[in-house]
Amino acid sequence: MALPSVDVPAPSAPPPVPAAPARGARGSAVVAALNDAVVSGLITALVLLPLVGFRATESGSGPLTLTYRFGLVAVFAAIVAILRFVLTLTVWRRDRKPRARTEGPTAAARLGTLAAPAVKPVFFGFAIAYPFLSILMAGGLSSSRYWVDLGIYVLTYVMLGWGLNIVVGLAGLLDLGYVAFYAVGAYTFALLSTSVPLNDFFAGHLGENFWTAWSFWICLPLSGLLAAFWGVILGFPVLRLRGDYLAIVTLAFGEIIRLVLINWVSLTNGGAGISSIPPISFFGIPFDSSDTGFAALFGLEFNSMHRMIFLYFVILGLAALTALATIRLRKMPVGRAWEALREDEIACRSLGINTTLTKLTAFATGALFGGFAGAFFAVRIRFVSPESFTFMESAVILAIVVLGGMGSQMGVAAAAVLLIGGMELLRNLSFLKADFLFGPDFDPSLYRMLIFGFAMVAVMVWRPRGLVSSRMPTIFLKERKAVSGALVKEGHG
Amino acid sequence: MAADAATLDPAPPTRAWQSDPILQADHLSMRFGGLVAVNDVSFVAGRGEVTAVIGPNGAGKTTVFNCITGFYKPTTGRLGLFHGGAAGSDEIDAVTASGLSWGKTRAGALYLLERLPDHKVASWARVARTFQNIRLFSGMTVLENLLVAQHMSLTTSGLLSPAAILNLPSWQRRQKGAVDRALYWLHKIGLMGRADDPAGDLPYGDQRRLEIARAMCTEPVLLCLDEPAAGLNPRESAALNELLLSIRREHQTSILLIEHDMSVVMEISDHVVVLEYGSKIADGTPDEVRNDPRVIASYLGVEEEEAASVEAEVQA
Amino acid sequence: MDIFLQQLINGLTLGSIYGLIAIGYTMVFGIIGMVNFAHGDVFMVSAFIGLICILLLTTVIGMSSIFLILAITLVVAMVFTGLVSWTIERVAYRPLRGSFRLAPMISAIGMSILLSNFVQVAQGPRNKPLPPMVPDVIVLMERDGYQVTLAYKQIIIMVVTAVLLAGFWWLVQKTPLGRAQRACEQDRKMAALLGVNVDQTISLTFVIGAALAAVAGVMYMMYYGVVNFSDGFVPGVKAFTAAVLGGIGSLPGAVLGGLLIGLIETFWSAYFSIEYKDVAAFSILVVTLIFLPQGLLGRPEVEKV
Repeated sequence: MALPSVDVPAPSAPPPVPAAPARGARGSAVVAALNDAVVSGLITALVLLPLVGFRATESGSGPLTLTYRFGLVAVFAAIVAILRFVLTLTVWRRDRKPRARTEGPTAAARLGTLAAPAVKPVFFGFAIAYPFLSILMAGGLSSSRYWVDLGIYVLTYVMLGWGLNIVVGLAGLLDLGYVAFYAVGAYTFALLSTSVPLNDFFAGHLGENFWTAWSFWICLPLSGLLAAFWGVILGFPVLRLRGDYLAIVTLAFGEIIRLVLINWVSLTNGGAGISSIPPISFFGIPFDSSDTGFAALFGLEFNSMHRMIFLYFVILGLAALTALATIRLRKMPVGRAWEALREDEIACRSLGINTTLTKLTAFATGALFGGFAGAFFAVRIRFVSPESFTFMESAVILAIVVLGGMGSQMGVAAAAVLLIGGMELLRNLSFLKADFLFGPDFDPSLYRMLIFGFAMVAVMVWRPRGLVSSRMPTIFLKERKAVSGALVKEGHG
Repeated sequence: MAADAATLDPAPPTRAWQSDPILQADHLSMRFGGLVAVNDVSFVAGRGEVTAVIGPNGAGKTTVFNCITGFYKPTTGRLGLFHGGAAGSDEIDAVTASGLSWGKTRAGALYLLERLPDHKVASWARVARTFQNIRLFSGMTVLENLLVAQHMSLTTSGLLSPAAILNLPSWQRRQKGAVDRALYWLHKIGLMGRADDPAGDLPYGDQRRLEIARAMCTEPVLLCLDEPAAGLNPRESAALNELLLSIRREHQTSILLIEHDMSVVMEISDHVVVLEYGSKIADGTPDEVRNDPRVIASYLGVEEEEAASVEAEVQA
Repeated sequence: MDIFLQQLINGLTLGSIYGLIAIGYTMVFGIIGMVNFAHGDVFMVSAFIGLICILLLTTVIGMSSIFLILAITLVVAMVFTGLVSWTIERVAYRPLRGSFRLAPMISAIGMSILLSNFVQVAQGPRNKPLPPMVPDVIVLMERDGYQVTLAYKQIIIMVVTAVLLAGFWWLVQKTPLGRAQRACEQDRKMAALLGVNVDQTISLTFVIGAALAAVAGVMYMMYYGVVNFSDGFVPGVKAFTAAVLGGIGSLPGAVLGGLLIGLIETFWSAYFSIEYKDVAAFSILVVTLIFLPQGLLGRPEVEKV
């Protein structure tokens, strides 16, 4: 049994050691570091003692009993102490030249500027080639299933991140309930596509299988619009709130919607969810082995992966739509007003900008893309339940936006790939089950969320402004110069 | 020009600002809880003139500004803004009685600013303002700042007009018009070379001028400046005077300003209103105000009885 | 009437627990302007620490005096939870102080995820049941077979809460620490210039908030007799609602808000529907923030232009 050390004192926290004199104080520096290491080791031991050192174990149906794991606590304390000792003497040494932070471009930043124009085409090109690369790498259509599915999964979050980015990154409105719009989109499609009266109606007019084949393509815009509509309904009363309050109210709305989905059993089938949602079609042509199916029509051998690859390109298209719309909107007055709102709301009002309306458009636009993504989620999984729309989901999407660097599309995409891809990879760390590591009883997926939470904290401490902190102007006279992140505001509402 | 008349003749029977006002404040009061920040202040600002509101710290100047620009709702009082030309008192009363926030008049239109929310004061009544502590969009470039200010003229066909979404030629023409206006103002404030720099990177004096240019990009009829010369060195201050005078000369914009720097006030204003402890204590041309014993007393902090002697000393 | 009285008692008990947690939210918000999302999970951690301590005292040491066990458990839980909270502040929030406003919030959300999953991994995902500790009740009245009861544990919860709040009030109002806290709340930079150790004050604020949450955690575990790693989120949000309802930044407000939320929740469950009781709590949060953003006892915020 093993546990990762969690409450390790932060790598970024400067050690509470008095600055060592520049010369001739090597010995005292070591003593100080040793001192510090022992203290941090002791604190770690104390923090971990109650919940790692002891475990309340259920023994059948009887009362709880205690088991002890003091050795484990000692191991973690030792790891922390040694790590801290080494780091204090190397990376955190006071006499080391401090790294240039925001002032002046570093070599990496200059390289970034040079490579910047190439990043978007390369990313997009890779995204298009990805399913074919997976087929190549996996050595066959069927064996690439996992990788294509992972691609779909990651792209869904890229799209959600880009959607939320409009609200949080551009308009500076902190939305902790974004998942509500994702849920509205998913349930809209789920309810409409499985609706018997609708199916009967279309069966009578446009053919037996019309609704099954076309429901996604008809419901996709509806899902987005309904989500946007909900964005307006929810946004209207709350948008005059500022900062954290807005965050909390949106969180509450997200939870209310989820709880209503759970409890309104007659409509949503409650916690059991809605299943047997019709699968996606190639614009009306089903992905099946029949003579009128996709494979037969295109002269291919039937393979269920066709649908999967099609799903991949649908989400890629939806994500691209989100990105292009954002790029276009930023250059329009409404997009400029969003960013101006983030910079200074009072100045906006003095210039005649109706801030409530502007916030509503941002909220609704973000919700629109959330709704699209929701409909896509429902058609991919073909099952929706309130379980998929918890606060955790909102937190993950927000984390993607903030870790990516608010406002930066490439940053958000990179964060989605890292976070979601990384989290998925954690599911598959089966090599850890090897006998010499943690043994076969070890379940790596248990640690997934633990590591995820730890990574969120660590990345924030490491780069509070996210991966890409600078902002690209929407218009320029002579030269497009990135605006340093230090000048860009984060919004107050 | 009305302003010249005012300076030539120190005490005309009717003042220029009274015969053609752009803004008329009647019995304006603002209370915050028990504190009376502005107490029954009435004044007018003349069309095409520079009107200065002066007074010691805490006199209620900024509160008056915030009432005019809609950021505060005055506790009582009326703020009439006239487009086109002054309205008769019968017309003002008629609009007031109508319960609406604006009405058409013989000369143009009348807006009751105390009934308009802040953004409509800017977009409908066309009153622009700057702030005591500069409020630029610091993470946006200088050019972007000036384009945001043209939000109103660019969104007349709706926030999400199809022409804009599809980037149609008609939209591109409008966008180009907006950029041209921004460039005109950049040229005027001498920041042409810094159009692509973030506003937050500019030195203080440039930020002040940029904020004025941004306000002017909304094409206001009345420009309210809250201490535009604060923190400027003498050279920048002189450049500011130049800018304000040229705005008055070349644009149909009247200026209302709060200022502590008496050299600015005396040099460019046509009309000075003096506030103290929330009440108006003097109102007239710069020369009249300069010689008003109550103003002198208020600025030098002497008792009222002594004011006469202070005045004598000043004259000497 | 009988049901009303019973719900009143239950509601006040629950409200005491919410009030204790709410103080942690309101203090931290007051001093560094941040919603400490991890506070609900700190509360859950404290319940687990309490559970371990009780198990240790009963099964290993064999102590039998319930009151002694409770007293020791409370102290142990307060100390260790305070330490955990101190570490969290040191590791996840202090490096972000004065930087980007969203960063501490994301860090706090990360910390919340980390804590609940840490407990899940360290203590297992299943509910931890505890034998009923103070099962006795006082029957206040009986009519038509319906008993209105006041359990001893409810008395304990209310008394401990009251005593703790009195002590806490004294701490904040009369001691140098309280003065330093209020100074930091007003103006951190100025307080630092005047010699207040701001870092230490903030750390202590976290520790005190966590200690109060620890008491709430132990009470919660004793009251319901069961605890689970996911028990942090919902009580956390409700306590936050309480802090907002009372006026965030206001300490009496947090207690008042806690009691109100507890009462509303129990009455809602009794008279309307138990399924929607969380919806009721969240709705109150929304309605309060929209119509009374300064809360019941908070100061209204004046927009500075």
